[in-house]
Amino acid sequence: MNVLVCVKRVPMTGGRIVLTADKQAIETRHLGFTISPHEECGVEEAVRLVEAHGGESIVLTLGPVEAEEQLRDCMAIGADRAIHLVTDGEEWDPQATAAAIVEAIRADGADFDLIVFGNESADAGNYQVGIRVAQALGLPVVTGLKGVAVEGGRVRCEREAAGGRDVYDVPLPAVVGVLEGLNLPRYPSVPGRMRAKSKPVAASSPPRPDSRLEKIRLVVPEGQGKQAEVLGHGPEAAPRAVEVLQQIGIL
Amino acid sequence: MTNSSRKTLVLLEHAGGEPADASLQALAFARLLAPSEEPHALLIGAGGRGAAVDLGVHGVAAAHVAEHDALASFAPDAWARIVIETADRLDATTVVAAGSEIGNEVLARVAARLDLPFAANVVAAEASETFRVTRTRWAGSLLEEAQLDATRELLTVTPHAVAARADGSAAATVEPFVPTLDDSDLVVRVVEHVAAPAGGVSLAEAKVVVSGGRGAGSAEGFAPIEELAALLGAAVGCSRVVTSAGWRPHADQVGQTGTKISPEIYIACGISGATQHIAGCRGAKKLMAINADPEAPIFASADYAVIGDLHEILPAISAEIRRVRGE
Ligand SMILES: Cc1cc2nc3c(=O)[nH]c(=O)nc-3n(C[C@H](O)[C@H](O)[C@H](O)COP(=O)(O)OP(=O)(O)OC[C@H]3O[C@@H](n4cnc5c(N)ncnc54)[C@H](O)[C@@H]3O)c2cc1C
Ligand SMILES: Nc1ncnc2c1ncn2[C@@H]1O[C@H](COP(=O)(O)O)[C@@H](O)[C@H]1O
Repeated sequence: MNVLVCVKRVPMTGGRIVLTADKQAIETRHLGFTISPHEECGVEEAVRLVEAHGGESIVLTLGPVEAEEQLRDCMAIGADRAIHLVTDGEEWDPQATAAAIVEAIRADGADFDLIVFGNESADAGNYQVGIRVAQALGLPVVTGLKGVAVEGGRVRCEREAAGGRDVYDVPLPAVVGVLEGLNLPRYPSVPGRMRAKSKPVAASSPPRPDSRLEKIRLVVPEGQGKQAEVLGHGPEAAPRAVEVLQQIGIL
Repeated sequence: MTNSSRKTLVLLEHAGGEPADASLQALAFARLLAPSEEPHALLIGAGGRGAAVDLGVHGVAAAHVAEHDALASFAPDAWARIVIETADRLDATTVVAAGSEIGNEVLARVAARLDLPFAANVVAAEASETFRVTRTRWAGSLLEEAQLDATRELLTVTPHAVAARADGSAAATVEPFVPTLDDSDLVVRVVEHVAAPAGGVSLAEAKVVVSGGRGAGSAEGFAPIEELAALLGAAVGCSRVVTSAGWRPHADQVGQTGTKISPEIYIACGISGATQHIAGCRGAKKLMAINADPEAPIFASADYAVIGDLHEILPAISAEIRRVRGE
């Protein structure tokens, strides 16, 4: 079976978010980059499915030239090849992103049995790109998943719901939106990293349409930078810490 | 947040005959957006009528209740179709839902069907010549001001962005109807529910949470964390470094891609305080951080700081609790 996974390059922001002077983006000069943990689990699942059923796992990203790094990371844990929709670094809105992904899927020529998305992107959190792609391709889509099992041309999907898990069962080809916790992704091995360097990346540069959800500016919310009361250093702080727990009324 | 020519439809989730809190907040948000027009509510599926009766108190003009045998179990495409049918019938300019799993999913499906933009997890909106929203990114660690270019605005409201308001007077009319549904709307639907094995304190609902991060050092390094948690009747949580290393299951992870917690106190041990971790514990009333590094970012989000090695500090705290309890 052929499995496509869509991933988005995002900065690792650490303890504090700092914006660029024009407030259009996060200041990333000193930051590393990654993809959402949801998407990492998506890649791991795709690799496992292909290990079990044969076929090909493909990763796709729409992002700047540098996003090839994330595609190589995904190929290092086992994805076979990549599709890179190269942008000038400007973020695309979710409708434009979905439309470009649909075009790329149609152009690729492989028949995808399963198309995997993160439930929401790490940075924008629009909760919609995968659903839009499914609608355009006329495929069923199930989101919020922590369990995906393929059998007999169908996919059984599990999603946490009050008191347990809801189960959906849809025919392939299908689209799924997955969550971290779906599996425990492997770490890339050294030979995996070596192999990833020579795996194929098909790059193209689609034109960016107008945004219909247009970012005006970013704002760091207030409330950061509290002044914590220092209760003490080392084990000698224990009596004071316990006093605080008593004050709060939890002892 | 004003404009008189708006007509708002609010998708209201409900369970056990009661409207969901996050949906009542979405209703309050809709009333702020269009103060001169009472919003319409849409309730889908079994129990909708019961949840609709008291909505007048929340300022609802009319509650439309979709009833159909096929709606006994959740079917998101059917929900999306019903939202569109109702919005068309009422000529709604704006559709609002809670920024919950279901609210986001259903409005995304509505947006995809109509090829309209959709703003998820909005905390404020303003309708003048243009429709502007402020929405959350990075699970609330960052805000984005954006403009929505749409003939019908679709948005969900971040939980706790506004308080529910029970200050309406008139009774809402309850209008049941049978929606049109095809088999194609029911391909994606819940076919089975698997109950979770009972046991332990649920992380999301715990009154006290004690967590460990990389500073715990190993799976075994969680022993003093578990000991304190047991003494306090607390749930044990952890950071993503811990789950990625396989020290604890993902169900214990607090954060943007883990569980969002809202305890009376959160005791975070050996956790640096990355924004993605903090995104999961912003609902905590108090945060006590125990960290070896006095410069750790977590102290900027903490109410109380204890500086030092968690492996020395936690046993001392547990011993002190036993002492004051006279054990
Ligand atoms: C999109 C995205 C989503 C994410 N989602 C989550 C999420 O849901 N939850 C989450 O937790 N992370 C999440 N992360 C990861 C996050 O960015 C951090 O990498 C992670 O939270 C760090 O975990 P940590 O604090 O345990 O480790 P570190 O950052 O390595 O910090 C360890 C801390 O322990 C202290 N320490 C060390 N030894 C001791 C000792 N003996 N006693 C006391 N203190 C000690 C150190 O001073 C340090 O502050 C996400 C990242 C991304 C990019
Ligand atoms: N620029 C992008 N490139 C590739 N996939 C993307 C991109 N943006 C979003 N996606 C995919 O769509 C999912 C949902 O994104 P969103 O609708 O922004 O929350 C993400 O987890 C990715 O799987």
